[in-house]
Amino acid sequence: MAYAKDLTAIRGLIASHKRWDMIFGLCGLLALMLGVLAFTALFVDMAIDGFGRLSWDFFTSFPSRRPGQAGILSAWIGSCLVMIVTAFFAVPLGVAAGLYLEEYAPKNWLTDVIEINITNLAGVPSIVYGLLALGLFVYQFGFGQSILSAGLTLALLILPVVIVATRESIRAIPQGIREGAYALGGTQWQVCKDHIIPYSSAGILTGVIIGMARAIGETAPVITIGALTFIAFLPPAPVQAEPPFVSFDWVMSPFTVMPIQMFNWTSRPEAAFHQNAAAAGFVLVLMTLAMNGLAIWLRYRLRKKIKW
Amino acid sequence: MAAAVSVASALDARQDEQAQSAPKAEAKSLSFYYGEFRALKNLDLVVHEQCVTALIGPSGCGKSTFLRCFNRMHDLYPGNRYEGEIRLYPDNTNLLAPGVDPIEVRMRLSMVFQKPNPFPKSIFENVAYGLRVRGERSRRSLEDRVEEALRGAALWDEVKDRLEDLAFNLSGGQQQRLCIARALATDPEIMLFDEPTSALDPIATANIEELITDLKTKLTILIVTHNMQQAARVSDYTAYMYLGELIEFGRTDELFIKPKNKQTEDYITGRFG
Amino acid sequence: MSAVVPGDLTATPQTGAMSARLAYRRSRILREKLIEFALFLAALVSVFTTIGIVYVLVKESVVFFSQVSLWDFLTDTQWTPLFDDAHFGIMVLLSGTLTSSLVALAIAIPLGTIIAIYLSEFAPFSVREVAKPFLELLGGVPTIVYGYFALLFVTPILQWFYPALPGFNLLSAGIVMGIMIIPYVASISEDAMRAVPMSLREGSYAMGATRFQTAVKVVVPAAFSGIASAYILGISRAVGETMILAVAAGLQPNLTFNPLEPAATITAYIVQVALGDLPHGSIGYQTIFAAGLTLMLFTLACNIAGHMLRKSFREAY
Repeated sequence: MAYAKDLTAIRGLIASHKRWDMIFGLCGLLALMLGVLAFTALFVDMAIDGFGRLSWDFFTSFPSRRPGQAGILSAWIGSCLVMIVTAFFAVPLGVAAGLYLEEYAPKNWLTDVIEINITNLAGVPSIVYGLLALGLFVYQFGFGQSILSAGLTLALLILPVVIVATRESIRAIPQGIREGAYALGGTQWQVCKDHIIPYSSAGILTGVIIGMARAIGETAPVITIGALTFIAFLPPAPVQAEPPFVSFDWVMSPFTVMPIQMFNWTSRPEAAFHQNAAAAGFVLVLMTLAMNGLAIWLRYRLRKKIKW
Repeated sequence: MAAAVSVASALDARQDEQAQSAPKAEAKSLSFYYGEFRALKNLDLVVHEQCVTALIGPSGCGKSTFLRCFNRMHDLYPGNRYEGEIRLYPDNTNLLAPGVDPIEVRMRLSMVFQKPNPFPKSIFENVAYGLRVRGERSRRSLEDRVEEALRGAALWDEVKDRLEDLAFNLSGGQQQRLCIARALATDPEIMLFDEPTSALDPIATANIEELITDLKTKLTILIVTHNMQQAARVSDYTAYMYLGELIEFGRTDELFIKPKNKQTEDYITGRFG
Repeated sequence: MSAVVPGDLTATPQTGAMSARLAYRRSRILREKLIEFALFLAALVSVFTTIGIVYVLVKESVVFFSQVSLWDFLTDTQWTPLFDDAHFGIMVLLSGTLTSSLVALAIAIPLGTIIAIYLSEFAPFSVREVAKPFLELLGGVPTIVYGYFALLFVTPILQWFYPALPGFNLLSAGIVMGIMIIPYVASISEDAMRAVPMSLREGSYAMGATRFQTAVKVVVPAAFSGIASAYILGISRAVGETMILAVAAGLQPNLTFNPLEPAATITAYIVQVALGDLPHGSIGYQTIFAAGLTLMLFTLACNIAGHMLRKSFREAY
């Protein structure tokens, strides 16, 4: 066998193949770098444009026709209030649904229908949720263009996220723990209440955080409901000095949220308003980065810590 | 006169034997480390040309690890380290030398795995894969070599009418023979078999054993098997390994009938394993 | 206390304790059933949501289509629902949606796939551990921020290359949308590729193939249905995106396939109407539901296709 000849030919071939290997490795790295570059450009742009505008006044002023005096007070308070309502609905419903599907649901067509629906809803564009809210919550149910409608809509929007996170955390619990709990005489609900939910709570929390981070940044559904873009007042305070000490008037009040305020300012032609928009955007990005970062860190800790 | 004749014939027989047992590859003081764990301890083994050499031993003795050193499969995973040499003849290359390209090694040796792993492609494309990697483009040439390989793997008659079918549609035994054909198509210098029949039923196993016996007339075969009887049926030389060490190596008939080492004898007679 | 005879269930103290136990057990079973029912209702919310969406969209669309023929809706080349001479050609909005989506996908699909192959087959563990969370963060940026970025950063840069580019255009919106979608495509494709068993890769490497050859000739074909479902979900995401387009592409309906022009998409139109003051029950109000229905049908088809592909992929392994 003429090894020398064959070997040189083979070596040449391998060298040319390895060149492709290297080229693709470079391409891959480049593509990743492009993503990093885009993100950095976005973040730095926001920071440069908007950071100078950030001040105590900015956070405590209402929007105004004069860009220099405009602030995000009504926007961030509105966002907080909407988030409260969103969490109020999304967390119990999502965890309950996830728990049902993992622990209780029989394998029948109805369960399949529910699961298909959840997968489907995860892919529905957010503006369609807005239309749902407009037709159903605002008009049909008569909740009007209020924080309640917005909170409900966003809750429905992030429900699939919470449900999937709940299911995956519950699935990660070994069967042995369930069997041990049942063997001690627990009922299904007792096992869920005392074992399943506590052990999966970290994973559920991760999902809730990711869902809330998404909800904070959502604009389209909230605009569609009719959240006004120029709000120079705050919704009625939840806590008052006179009885009854807690009021729920704020739930039905008109409002605005951070992303909408940013949208409003971005749409104005004056550059000064763009600066305001950048500042609001910077705050938004920081918030969502912090929340997503927290969720990722939690997930990382979970993976490392728990070894059943 | 009779004595002279018998000596002469003994010498002749010896010469035949030696001609047959020219070494194709040789492991010299081979050690292997998975991270800190020393999985192979100073192995010295000769793989004879156009013979079947079997590696036997209980689970975890390192026979698959040893086999995978030959085609540098361990290089695919981080944290592994070789010590010693594996020499390939006649060019006397050390396959484990850092300067030797693992891809080049894999171009010269082929491997058949424990669980059949056909690619998600047609039967034809599976067998042609190695040829395409080696730069073969001509459709005519590919067809010829694919047919030759499939005949060599005793699969041609069963698939010649459906070469464009997906390989997944074959039975387990057929898939394994397809993998053998795939490995055969590239004219390897040594074929490595890693427990090729442990995932197959007895009839498929018998087919493949027959195939291996046929193939050895053309190339050198190194086979790992956990089935002693298979080693006895199929191989010319057998190596018994235990806990990463080579306990005994010799001609199969000698090793099985009259093992030199007590450990070997214990394993073969089933006292443990 | 009278003597209790074992087995005599009619003895008074025994009965008292026994019936108390039975009553407790019955109430506990009832409680369990109620809890299960409550959980079941929570799970049903998703079904109610879908029903709600369908109901709302269809209810208003039915009214809409009683006044505008389906043929006109599909074929008219003008979209001017609020004019006296009103036209309702959805093609106009669809053209904006399609053009911007094509630009976005032209970026997201190649880059997303390359990143996925790189992370799955080439990148060392440390790179992957950093890259995956980073991609998640990239996908978590609010779309209004992306919109701002498109209008006030990308467009000026593009105008530096091509000064005739209008301030509102589909190109910069499409580019930024593409960047936003990259994490989706990359993450789902990478998951699909990582699910391909190692034995297939070993078979390829054992034949002397390089990493690139193995990735392209063995892993990608094996993961194909998972990768295809990633693409389809990317399409669905691009078509449904609202804010980036509302901000950077303008709100002016324009029947065009030229990305260098401004145009309104279906989603941006809905936003524009919602920003205004349309009386409930007017034809203008109904148009957003008709437009929404079109959008919904398309994304539904995409989601179903993607879901079925992913299921078939999972069955193969």
